[in-house]
Amino acid sequence: MQKTFGGSAIFLDRSDINTDEIIPAKYLTEVTKEALQPYILEDLKLEGFDPKGEVLKKASVVITRENFGCGSSREHAPWVFEVNDVHTIIAESYARIFRQNMFNCGMLAIELPKESIEQLMKLQHSCDVRIEVDLNGQQIKALTDAEEKQFAFDISPFDKALVQAGGWVEFADARY
Amino acid sequence: MGKTLAEKIFDTHLRDEPFPGTKILNLDRVLCHEITTPVAIADLVWRNKDRVFDRDKLKVVIDHVTPSKDTKTATQAKILRDWARRHEIPDFFDVGRNGVCHAIFPEKGYIRPGYTVIMGDSHTCTHGAFGAFAAGVGTTDLEVGILKGVCAFREPETIRVNLTGTLSQGVYAKDVILHVIAQLGVNGATDRVIEFRGPIVDQMNMDARMTLCNMAVEAGGTSGVCMPDMTTVEYLWEFIQKEFASKEDAFNTYRQWVSDPDADYAGTLDIDVSKLEPQVTYDYKPDCVKTVKEMTGTPVDQVYIGTCTNGRIDDLRQAAAVLKGRKVADSVRGIVSPATPKIFSDALAEGIIQIFMDAGFCVTNPTCGACLGMSNGVLAEGEVAAATSNRNFNGRMGKGGMVHLVSPATAAATAVTGVITDARAL
Repeated sequence: MQKTFGGSAIFLDRSDINTDEIIPAKYLTEVTKEALQPYILEDLKLEGFDPKGEVLKKASVVITRENFGCGSSREHAPWVFEVNDVHTIIAESYARIFRQNMFNCGMLAIELPKESIEQLMKLQHSCDVRIEVDLNGQQIKALTDAEEKQFAFDISPFDKALVQAGGWVEFADARY
Repeated sequence: MGKTLAEKIFDTHLRDEPFPGTKILNLDRVLCHEITTPVAIADLVWRNKDRVFDRDKLKVVIDHVTPSKDTKTATQAKILRDWARRHEIPDFFDVGRNGVCHAIFPEKGYIRPGYTVIMGDSHTCTHGAFGAFAAGVGTTDLEVGILKGVCAFREPETIRVNLTGTLSQGVYAKDVILHVIAQLGVNGATDRVIEFRGPIVDQMNMDARMTLCNMAVEAGGTSGVCMPDMTTVEYLWEFIQKEFASKEDAFNTYRQWVSDPDADYAGTLDIDVSKLEPQVTYDYKPDCVKTVKEMTGTPVDQVYIGTCTNGRIDDLRQAAAVLKGRKVADSVRGIVSPATPKIFSDALAEGIIQIFMDAGFCVTNPTCGACLGMSNGVLAEGEVAAATSNRNFNGRMGKGGMVHLVSPATAAATAVTGVITDARAL
């Protein structure tokens, strides 16, 4: 079943945020996704960012820069977002394994060009930024009290099919 | 137009192309360890699909935290162990027979030229040293691999890295790969295969080639690959001699996978290694690389020798050659983890373990352990390590700890002085 996308955004204004920062290795001894929930982005050091803060708590969308999710193959990284109701990530680029893990879980790893990310980043000091995702139309809208910006995004037909199927297990099981 | 090694493997393993550019490949090996596999097993059970596509193609090991350190790690080991028994998977390596996955599976002869290999571990790219396409994947890809024996990839582009010249005494594969990553950047090879070519690679043994390919993912690469040659055949010979009439026969068969001279590359990097010096990382990204000379004198609290990058016998020999007749500095904890029981045993027979012990090193059992801060040498807040591992992320070996990535020789010299040191200057 397809997940819901969009919602309130949090900005992680840095490139190369790695999977150890998203979920430290010491929590990989958990054997359920739900157990990871309190540890989201625990080791991320970023000015103004608080892993226990209200902004992250109400966020459903992460907006960030290049090479997001680099490092380990741990799917615990997408899972910790999933169990915190973050199903949409918007970045300039991703590490391959993290990106595939997102789609394999039926979540959205949206890639936008550098200029679009720059425009989005300009909104980061607005008090409330909401993202609306139109998967079929391949458009996102960023909304604040003062303005509205729209961006088109590319997604491969395979990745789109995974999101629509609810993930790779569902897709593969029906086909192979 | 000719084809690269990766393209040849994709062509021969193609199961389906559901959409243009998406290749579903048949898998020759699905490798499993106790950190990323248990959730896949639980999901298969929950879906009422607790099956495996081919038990002989699954290779299973407990390696990250072993022997188990607490109830949680014991539970992960038990889930994997029970599953391996339930499905009668013949090649399962438990405590006492286990070692670091990317060392023990090649050592057992499981990886062959032309194979497709996946594992729920980013350093799976190591196995490309045998002329295989080997990619790290997440738990869902692993789950589908276990159940169906397939995995999806984008069309592979290849970056060719030509290594020429002569390596100076005291400069090793680790120094070469750190230098390559510094050139490519941490995402310079994303969605690409890195092909290591040239006389330097031809002269390397399999241990050194695995060190090169191991760190391909630190530049974003899907797989590192080396061309199969007589060195590959010699390494595998005890496992393949029944399949081939002679080593020449095996060599000729395996050469079919070598990239064609007119293959198309997404990029080429030519590096003459003659002037290359020992390398070390600074900061928290693997492409932040300086010469050891520039970093000389930086104090460390711990030296860690081992891991899937540099825990093989050749690595231990290089470290022991530096440590022989010397002692670890009072300010330093030295820890060595031979990567497999065979490596441990060979190191014992060669007197290497005695050299480590005489120097004041702690010798641990084979495990991933301290590399990712899970056991056997976790750093405290503010502590610094020199390690032969592959990742220097903030907190990687323990919250608030810092890691400098180095070769085994540099690690050994650093253990002796307590500060980052060029082994050639001792």
